[in-house]
Amino acid sequence: MDIVLQQLVNGLTLGSVYGLIAIGYTMVYGIIGMINFAHGDVYMVSAYITAIAIALLTFFGIESFPIILIGTLFLTVAVTGAYGWVIERIAYRPLRNSSRLAVLISAIGMSLILQNYVQLSQGANQQGVPTLLTGAMRIEVGDGFVQITYMKLLILFISLLGMGVLTYVIQKTKLGRMCRATQQDRKMASILGIDTDKVISTVFVIGAMMAALAGVLVTLDYGAFDFYVGFIIGIKAFTAAVLGGIGSLPGAMLGGLILGLSEALFAGLISSDYKDVFSFSLLVLILVFRPSGLLGKPEVEKV
Amino acid sequence: MSQAIGIDLKKSSVDALIAGLLALILFGPIVGVLLDGYGFKTEFDRVAWIVAIVAFGRFMLSCFLQTEKGIALVHRFARSDDGAIVLPPGHKSKMVWVIPLVIVIGLLVPFIASKYVLTVVILGLIYVLLGLGLNIVVGLAGLLDLGFVGFYAIGAYGLALGYENLGLGFWSMLPIAAIMAAVAGAILGFPVLRMHGDYLAIVTLGFGEIIRLVLINWSSFTHGPNGVSAPLPTFFGLEFKRRSSDGQTFHEFFNLPYDSGYKYMFIYLILFLVVLAVLFIKHRLVKMPIGRAWEALREDEIACRSLGLNHVLVKLSAFTIGASTGGLAGVFFATYQGFVNPSSFTFFESALILAIVVLGGMGSTLGVVIAAFCLTVLPEILREFAEYRVLMFGILMVVMMVWKPRGIVRVTRTGFASRKGASK
Repeated sequence: MDIVLQQLVNGLTLGSVYGLIAIGYTMVYGIIGMINFAHGDVYMVSAYITAIAIALLTFFGIESFPIILIGTLFLTVAVTGAYGWVIERIAYRPLRNSSRLAVLISAIGMSLILQNYVQLSQGANQQGVPTLLTGAMRIEVGDGFVQITYMKLLILFISLLGMGVLTYVIQKTKLGRMCRATQQDRKMASILGIDTDKVISTVFVIGAMMAALAGVLVTLDYGAFDFYVGFIIGIKAFTAAVLGGIGSLPGAMLGGLILGLSEALFAGLISSDYKDVFSFSLLVLILVFRPSGLLGKPEVEKV
Repeated sequence: MSQAIGIDLKKSSVDALIAGLLALILFGPIVGVLLDGYGFKTEFDRVAWIVAIVAFGRFMLSCFLQTEKGIALVHRFARSDDGAIVLPPGHKSKMVWVIPLVIVIGLLVPFIASKYVLTVVILGLIYVLLGLGLNIVVGLAGLLDLGFVGFYAIGAYGLALGYENLGLGFWSMLPIAAIMAAVAGAILGFPVLRMHGDYLAIVTLGFGEIIRLVLINWSSFTHGPNGVSAPLPTFFGLEFKRRSSDGQTFHEFFNLPYDSGYKYMFIYLILFLVVLAVLFIKHRLVKMPIGRAWEALREDEIACRSLGLNHVLVKLSAFTIGASTGGLAGVFFATYQGFVNPSSFTFFESALILAIVVLGGMGSTLGVVIAAFCLTVLPEILREFAEYRVLMFGILMVVMMVWKPRGIVRVTRTGFASRKGASK
């Protein structure tokens, strides 16, 4: 019983992280219909920037955790957002009118570039950050107990906050209206005076920023990372996006939570060796049986 | 337009400044601050160089794009890409004599080349095989398969595990592995081929990763990350070892001094013949109705289906034929290395094979052969740049897609002439 509860807690935090990254996939897919294959690597870049920001801030003598956290979040989100913009500008915008295959291959190329660029500049070794926030709450359950570290609470809090802010921006602001209009019909939106290229860039920046949020949180919690971490977590976040219905923002968050919970339960109860296999198989099964996901609209092919 | 085209230096300078600033933001932290434990070292000179190069490059590009040539270039990019070169009906190539020449040179290679060169060429040929297989799937049928390495792994592990568990040697496993990979292709392909192009890419990627993860984790059968050893091919039952436990070895039978190079020569010769056979089969397939159907499906699926093509069967045939070629390549890879482990079958390998197909020109056989040799042999020659290999692949993939989405070698095909008397 306590194992199940413990895994539920772990799965919830894991799932909120998947949800944050899935937002980048789902928004980009919704707006230009491409899978941003390099998105996982944007997350990886943000993990490195997190570590660098922490190292810099501690070097300048800042000891208090809240200031380090806010400074790191600010730096990482800003720099990673710039990465998102530049990637779209270099690798995707020139291909706006090409076949989907060409864009996808370009995205794979971008993913290889990011991985190798980070490996070349930072070395292939695993890197890490010091543990900054320790301590946990314990809740007695029957004979055992469930442990919730403060870091996990922080992850939940910040990722829910991020998702809330994003939902507000998309639903209530002018920028969000432009995004939704472009998503519904790009040509019509541009006829009505929306600079769709700018909107697409904005979506990439938002996606990268959300991935950066996830990057900071996971790196602070988990500590270790290398230049290859983006690959697996990217595919899982993509699974989450597909599970929720790709193109749908609440779907990405829901899909993230469901994937995180089911993966944690699978790892806790059945086998942790095969948890990645479980996620990939889940992805394959969803795509085969319900490609429109839980909250997505079925795609109609038009001539 | 008699108006002289002036270069607006102010605009170029602003462009350069913005590019430099962006480069500083992007490269500043990652390149400039080297993580070292929980501390860091600074490498500001590297950042300064990169920023200077980016800003200068942007300045020159901005100036160039304002000249007449630059404007022409922008217009060329704005135009959509054009398809294959169509030759007049009844066209006979004057280059036919090249084929026997290449075959003769190919057969002579093992007797001239040193052992090192031979091993590099074998690796090149394995990638030619892989490229040809994926070219059917991606280039001809237009199905982006990111898990091609899965079939490669099935072939390689098929040989190693078939030998270990069933005592099957190279010659019996060569066809069996091809069939196994084809069956795996069909099993994977049947449910997924009805889905959308991008989803197919992700599902196949997932499949490739599942195979690798199973190979790592199912240690009782696959020996996990430690790998399995694979047998060498035999020459009519003669082994290429120094000493054989049963029967004679190759060098004893022919009264030759022992040389470890013989086995590479033999592998090379079989591989060369297999590659020739695959090339020939592929050449014929493209001209057969099935090949035409693949290409038609790539260009417009809805049109094909409305003309009565069974799209699942057509795609499935491309998928299984491509997969079986991947399986063959796997067998050769295993016997050439003498050993297989899961680290040879990562996603990077799939991306490399994809890069071969993309660079060579989708659907072009010649292009794939050239690209396979370039991408495998060049890294061997440029050993000192080995770490930049992946970076180069990535840049090449992006640049090729932006610049020439159809690859370096354009596909040519002979046009049709309507029959005499047929109504027009």
